[in-house]
Amino acid sequence: MLQTRVIPILLLKDGGLYKGEQFKKHKYVGDPINAVKIFNDKEVDEICILDIDASRSGTSPDFALIENIASQAFMPLGYGGGVKSVDDIERLFRIGIEKVVLNTAAYENQGLIKAASDLVGSQSIVCSIDVKKGLFGKEKAYIKSGTKSIKMSPVDLAKHYEQQGAGELIVNSIERDGKATGYDLDLIQRISKVVDIPIVAACGAGKNQHFVEAVKAGASAVAAGDIFTFQGKRKAVLITYPQYDKLQDLFKE
Amino acid sequence: MIGVIDCGCGNPGSIQNMLRKLGHRSVLVKSESDFDGCSAIVLPGVGAYDNVCQKVQSSGLVNRLEHLVLEEKIPFLGICVGMQMLFNESEEGTLSGFGWIPGRVKRFEHALMKEQNLKVPHMGWNIVTPKNANVILNFNEYEELRFYFVHSYHADCPDEYVIGECLYGYKFPCAVQKENIFGAQFHPEKSHKFGMMLFKNFLEYANASN
Repeated sequence: MLQTRVIPILLLKDGGLYKGEQFKKHKYVGDPINAVKIFNDKEVDEICILDIDASRSGTSPDFALIENIASQAFMPLGYGGGVKSVDDIERLFRIGIEKVVLNTAAYENQGLIKAASDLVGSQSIVCSIDVKKGLFGKEKAYIKSGTKSIKMSPVDLAKHYEQQGAGELIVNSIERDGKATGYDLDLIQRISKVVDIPIVAACGAGKNQHFVEAVKAGASAVAAGDIFTFQGKRKAVLITYPQYDKLQDLFKE
Repeated sequence: MIGVIDCGCGNPGSIQNMLRKLGHRSVLVKSESDFDGCSAIVLPGVGAYDNVCQKVQSSGLVNRLEHLVLEEKIPFLGICVGMQMLFNESEEGTLSGFGWIPGRVKRFEHALMKEQNLKVPHMGWNIVTPKNANVILNFNEYEELRFYFVHSYHADCPDEYVIGECLYGYKFPCAVQKENIFGAQFHPEKSHKFGMMLFKNFLEYANASN
């Protein structure tokens, strides 16, 4: 049967690899090509690379760097950040990206999801739903790397993206990013109830058991950053990934 | 030299990356003359069926390709929609495939999937069971073969052409062969050691048949 995908998310900034907390406080952790090579040796299920500067500053994807990274990736590779048009998406595909992650452009550019999924197939169009709770606990969806809130609720946004033709959703809970306290299970549950497409849980994983919780809440795949990048309380950089049989046992429970 | 067909509807770069890793030279085939000197041909296809068919059919490559594959028996591997094109037709579109292997392409049966709470597209790593004697899914060193899948449609063809099966809701053919023509629904170029082994097997077969 289909296995639960466990996806390392790597954040790009100025050509380097970074990790942050709550979409802020980003620290340099290494070279992206080297990281992908290591993940490759560890036979990871899939990798997702997000350029955290591109959409905030409005620049285009760094195609040359992405092509370099892709040449080392013998696993499915997703990319997000600064993707604005169908042309960008086509170009990313040609250089070895399988999945394009849309956030700001998916919301602002009505029709992009549909045009893109007609071209490359909906399975390759992933929309990222970034959610943050406000002062009084009111939950809002965000664009532009978590800097701008929108009116539509996260659940409505999920339905909207599915109708437009998205093939998968990444659900990010901004306040849990880098906190290692677990995913926002309630949010995952509410979104998975209203859409049929696969959901990737992101932000908050601190131990393998958190993956299992997300799957029970309705996620088809789980993504994480810190857990694969840092080791120990002092957060020393060490790229790790659970062995295949360990993951098998984990999800069997 | 391995020809990787590039008509703007696939991921030829990923295929070339893996061939390079295996130490093989490859060329992007954009016009008929690019086929010169090719001892094996790979057709990657990503995206909607009609879009791939339309781009392949209007690429100006089909006449020579058919001659090479059907007459000269050059080993051919179609991947994903490139495999789906081996059949006559698909429920996803209205255009015709190559029709080199009898059969058709159909959508995962919605009611059956819903009943088992399975999502479509079938996306992720799944286990492939080799069927019949075949060269490309011949892996002695691994007990279990895993490949990466992303698709909503699958082949439906006579058993004699099925060389690999996968279970998702029900068993469906995920790898096919008819003589020198091979097809894989999954993505060997994105299935690390298993994909490398498949390409290695395919290229050894190509070497032996030249």
